[in-house]
Amino acid sequence: MSEAQKFVWEGSIPLQIHLHQSEITTLPPPPPSLVLAPRIGYLPLLISLIKPHFSTTLPPGIDTIWFEYKGLPLKWYIPTGVLFDLLCVEPERPWNLTVHFRGYPSNLLQPCEGVDSIKWSFINSLKEAAYVINGNCKNIMNMSQPDQAELWHSVLSGNLESYRRVSSKLKLGTFEDEYAENINPVSTKSQQSTEETEVAGQVKTGRIPVRLYVWTVSEDFDDLEDAPEIDNWDKVSYINRPIEIHKDDGKYFSLNDAVRSLLPEFFPGSSFVNEEDASINQSTGEEEENTFDPVSSFQPLENAEIKLVRIQGIEPKLEIPFSWVVNNLMNPEYFLHICVCLKLSGAKALQ
Amino acid sequence: MVEGYLTLENICFNKFTEEEESNRSSTSKEESNTPHGEEELLDYATLVQSNCNEVSHYDFHIVYSPSYRAPILYFRAYHSDGRPLSFDEIEKDLPGHSSKLLSESKWTFITNEEHPYLNRPWYKLHPCGTSDWMKLLFHSDTSLNKNGFGIEQYLVSWFSVIGQVVGLKIPLGMMDIVVANHS
Repeated sequence: MSEAQKFVWEGSIPLQIHLHQSEITTLPPPPPSLVLAPRIGYLPLLISLIKPHFSTTLPPGIDTIWFEYKGLPLKWYIPTGVLFDLLCVEPERPWNLTVHFRGYPSNLLQPCEGVDSIKWSFINSLKEAAYVINGNCKNIMNMSQPDQAELWHSVLSGNLESYRRVSSKLKLGTFEDEYAENINPVSTKSQQSTEETEVAGQVKTGRIPVRLYVWTVSEDFDDLEDAPEIDNWDKVSYINRPIEIHKDDGKYFSLNDAVRSLLPEFFPGSSFVNEEDASINQSTGEEEENTFDPVSSFQPLENAEIKLVRIQGIEPKLEIPFSWVVNNLMNPEYFLHICVCLKLSGAKALQ
Repeated sequence: MVEGYLTLENICFNKFTEEEESNRSSTSKEESNTPHGEEELLDYATLVQSNCNEVSHYDFHIVYSPSYRAPILYFRAYHSDGRPLSFDEIEKDLPGHSSKLLSESKWTFITNEEHPYLNRPWYKLHPCGTSDWMKLLFHSDTSLNKNGFGIEQYLVSWFSVIGQVVGLKIPLGMMDIVVANHS
């Protein structure tokens, strides 16, 4: 069991939740509610903790819980940790959210009929992930009722051991961890064994389920505090496309390679960038210096730079092997959620 | 890489045109010889706007899913005044065989999902079986297997199955064109 995975499962975000003023019918207004929200959880699941706190002040009506952050309605089917990483660029603790029990914005958000909606959104994502990894989702469809219940309950309760027990039956394997291979005592082995691993590596081209949330800035910022707010979902490009791990010449496939491969419109020709290009990009932080990448230097529109990559609340180095990132930082539905801020210079900034 | 989606918008389901499928008995307000699923439906849409309180409007989009490597049918439904239809109302519009399936598998047949390009809540027909039954469809036709099949053929065959779920039929002429193109 990896330590990183344990951290992910135990990770939570302190929330300070305010009831929206239009739903306060008593004086004095209720104080905000403080709760710890699991990173891998979903906001509406907190209703049992929040509702008692506000129930006496609510106007009559039927409850449909939803949350907003600075006026932006939050999509409940995105894990709480991902929402925090994406929308709270300069991490704020506690995170101040507003809760509503009335007036669900059904033109913007998918309806949420309580825990069942969330559970099935989770299961359907798991199915999608299984399809990406195995080319079918039979293992999920054929899961027994008790197993399905245990799996979902392990996510609700943050029980990693029980999750591992059930999820191992799904045969969604962990992906080959090149990093672990590299730190094994290979130095004692002969040249021949190195060649063997290279051959094996080329054969194995896995597809990895990834959800990428991309927002762009046109002005540079040094301090996260100065980053512009995401006040509209239309400012976030949501890219739901598997990443294909490529390995050539025995070089490992880095997080940088992975992110760039999903953004071909910004990083042309980098569906497979080699390692040197990547590290040059990183060390200088400036596209113009990147004379080793002939494609981008001939395309003036493509002045894109990866400003920020955040996964599970951390900003990993882009040179890190992607397989490590997947194996350790994915969410329980087998998707790796990556928040990316791109800095675009020139006219191509997304509005 | 080209991205996008195919659309068929503002299709009107007059409650009574669904009768053939669901075998409900009721007197038809409209002539029920209206063609289904053809381009002409767009004209039909403006035609029936007069008796608007009976009409549900549907937008259909076909979006390619990289995860499933298959097309997915997304749709949304709204009243003439723009209010979205509730899921129960949609269920009533669906052909009988679909509403039965829906009651059996509420969460895995038609799901509420965000439109990948429009960032808004739409419905989608869940695609996890698509590649399996598409293989069946193509394996049973040896001529197609021999010559391989083009994307138009794939889409038309796919739609001939998927369309029935929501009561859209493919005009025979469309099949002819596709077959002609590939023979």
